[in-house]
Amino acid sequence: MKPTNATTPQSAPTAGSAARAPQPTGELPHNEAAAHSLWRDAWRRLAKNKLAVFGGGALLLLTLACLFGPLFSAYTYEAQDLDLGASAPSAAHWLGTDTLGRDLLVRLLVGGRISLGVGLCATLVALTIGVVYGAVAGFFGGKLDALMMRVVDIMYALPFTIFVILLMVFFGRNIVLLFVAIGAVEWLTMARIVRDQILSLKKMEFIEAAHALGLSKRRIIFRHMIPNALGPIIVYTTLTIPAVMLLEAFLSFLGLGVQPPLSSWGVLIKDGAEKMEEFWWLLFFPGALFSVTLFSLNFLGDGLRDALDSRSAKD
Amino acid sequence: MTRFILSRALQIVVVLWVIITATFFMIRFVPGGPFTAEKAVTPEVLRNLEAHYGLDQPLWRQYLDYMGKLVLHGDLGPSFKYASRSVNEIIADKLPVSLELGGLSLGIALALGLPLGVVAAVRRNRFADYLCSSVAMIGICVPTFVLGPLFVLFFAIKLGWVNASGWYGPTDRVLPALTLGLVYAAYIARLTRGGMLEVLGQDYIRTAQAKGASAARILRVHALRGGLLPVVSFLGPAIAGILTGSFVIETIFQIPGLGREFVQSAFNRDYTLVLGTVILYATLIVTLNLAVDLAQVWLNPRRKFE
Repeated sequence: MKPTNATTPQSAPTAGSAARAPQPTGELPHNEAAAHSLWRDAWRRLAKNKLAVFGGGALLLLTLACLFGPLFSAYTYEAQDLDLGASAPSAAHWLGTDTLGRDLLVRLLVGGRISLGVGLCATLVALTIGVVYGAVAGFFGGKLDALMMRVVDIMYALPFTIFVILLMVFFGRNIVLLFVAIGAVEWLTMARIVRDQILSLKKMEFIEAAHALGLSKRRIIFRHMIPNALGPIIVYTTLTIPAVMLLEAFLSFLGLGVQPPLSSWGVLIKDGAEKMEEFWWLLFFPGALFSVTLFSLNFLGDGLRDALDSRSAKD
Repeated sequence: MTRFILSRALQIVVVLWVIITATFFMIRFVPGGPFTAEKAVTPEVLRNLEAHYGLDQPLWRQYLDYMGKLVLHGDLGPSFKYASRSVNEIIADKLPVSLELGGLSLGIALALGLPLGVVAAVRRNRFADYLCSSVAMIGICVPTFVLGPLFVLFFAIKLGWVNASGWYGPTDRVLPALTLGLVYAAYIARLTRGGMLEVLGQDYIRTAQAKGASAARILRVHALRGGLLPVVSFLGPAIAGILTGSFVIETIFQIPGLGREFVQSAFNRDYTLVLGTVILYATLIVTLNLAVDLAQVWLNPRRKFE
């Protein structure tokens, strides 16, 4: 998610949009210019953070490799070579092969599509639920807010991992169900963050102006409030993805993930752990790749928080 | 205070009731039953089995029976898979193992995480800080199911210091507890660092410094109490995480605990055992969360009981 995607009056007032602008931003002209540079400032701060840049670069590289790498490989993720069996890393198979003679590198890349894909989709589910829920609670406030946040409090206390396990066991290892279930678990913190943001935005003048202009509540929430709460939302999204990927791998490790011949990193780690005594590379490479991905996401998320969230940027 | 505890206790009862009811009906609407996997069960045998366990009754009847026994006698019913064993017996058998593993892990997590976090905060942006923070980051990014097998490979198989699996002697506790504890030590270290940094920047710390209190005294008397707040609020989720995290650890190290039993029982469609374990976990987690809330108020008098 690039900052420039946020086409709101506050964040992207190019010359054209400023000209056609009786938008209820409610802010003084010079504030608009300052707001304009908020994203550029954030971008500059992010670019200075070496770890975050490294994380972002590594992720980009990894995603491209997972998407396109398998196309250029002589092997496919399911092609077996039973004569070869498990072989250590070599010139022909850079990361070795598994017990069925399948190329580990290709399997890792294809598995990465699933792991990253589940991470993204589940995060999107969590993002959607959390943002809408938090925005509604914060916007309407009062009794509704108290009730909705009470529900969140209570849900925080529930043993959700247990429910996800039960769901996966009972309804089969369905990949769509997998990310819906994970997403449904991970939205709570997002709801709290968005609600707090909306609460503080509610008192801003430009929102009052929007009310005075008679805009619909829906329009105010989705066009004027949420875009202004985008910073913390982006930050928390980046930090949700690794959490989601961990949960997916956790489920896969328990044998509840995707089904063979497809595989995710969690499945590969599980298989590797079973055979590590003889074939260390089957555990080492999947584990290392997974950890590097989590590292990158966390570094990027921390960097984004420092760059975007001025309140917690102190630390 | 008493009112707060009472209202929270009432809330816990409601939450538990919802969890039990939801789980009870969810597992019944699932395809397959506890006896479908067994080979060549004739229809008559199946009918007898179902009659024996009361599965032939209407669902609402079963639900009322179950709730009645649970509330009046704390009876979780007979297991469907382990003939002639009750769920209570199985839990009494397996729970101590999981609790021991969890307790040890939590101990390790606190014993490592707190000092690391405090050192990182006090020596902010110096070498010690970078070292502690990097170690913590590694702990967060290398999940238990990677760390555990790697530990086994290195310490058990290559070096032969401990057994690769099992749960007999004291040395068998080392690797599982360490694996589970290290991850949470990492989180605790990060939270401690953040909390301490925030407190150390407060005016009252500067006042204490100005009055000539020693660095150690400031840390011990003034900073720790406030600095540990984020850690305390994390302990609720952490304990829940350690409890469920033991599913993986118990699988890796083949420990006969409740976590492994729970996953197995779900695969086996052992309704009563699934339900019993869920009730137990939910009760533990919800109660511990209440304890964490109380501890938070104790540490931070400004936060009033809602």
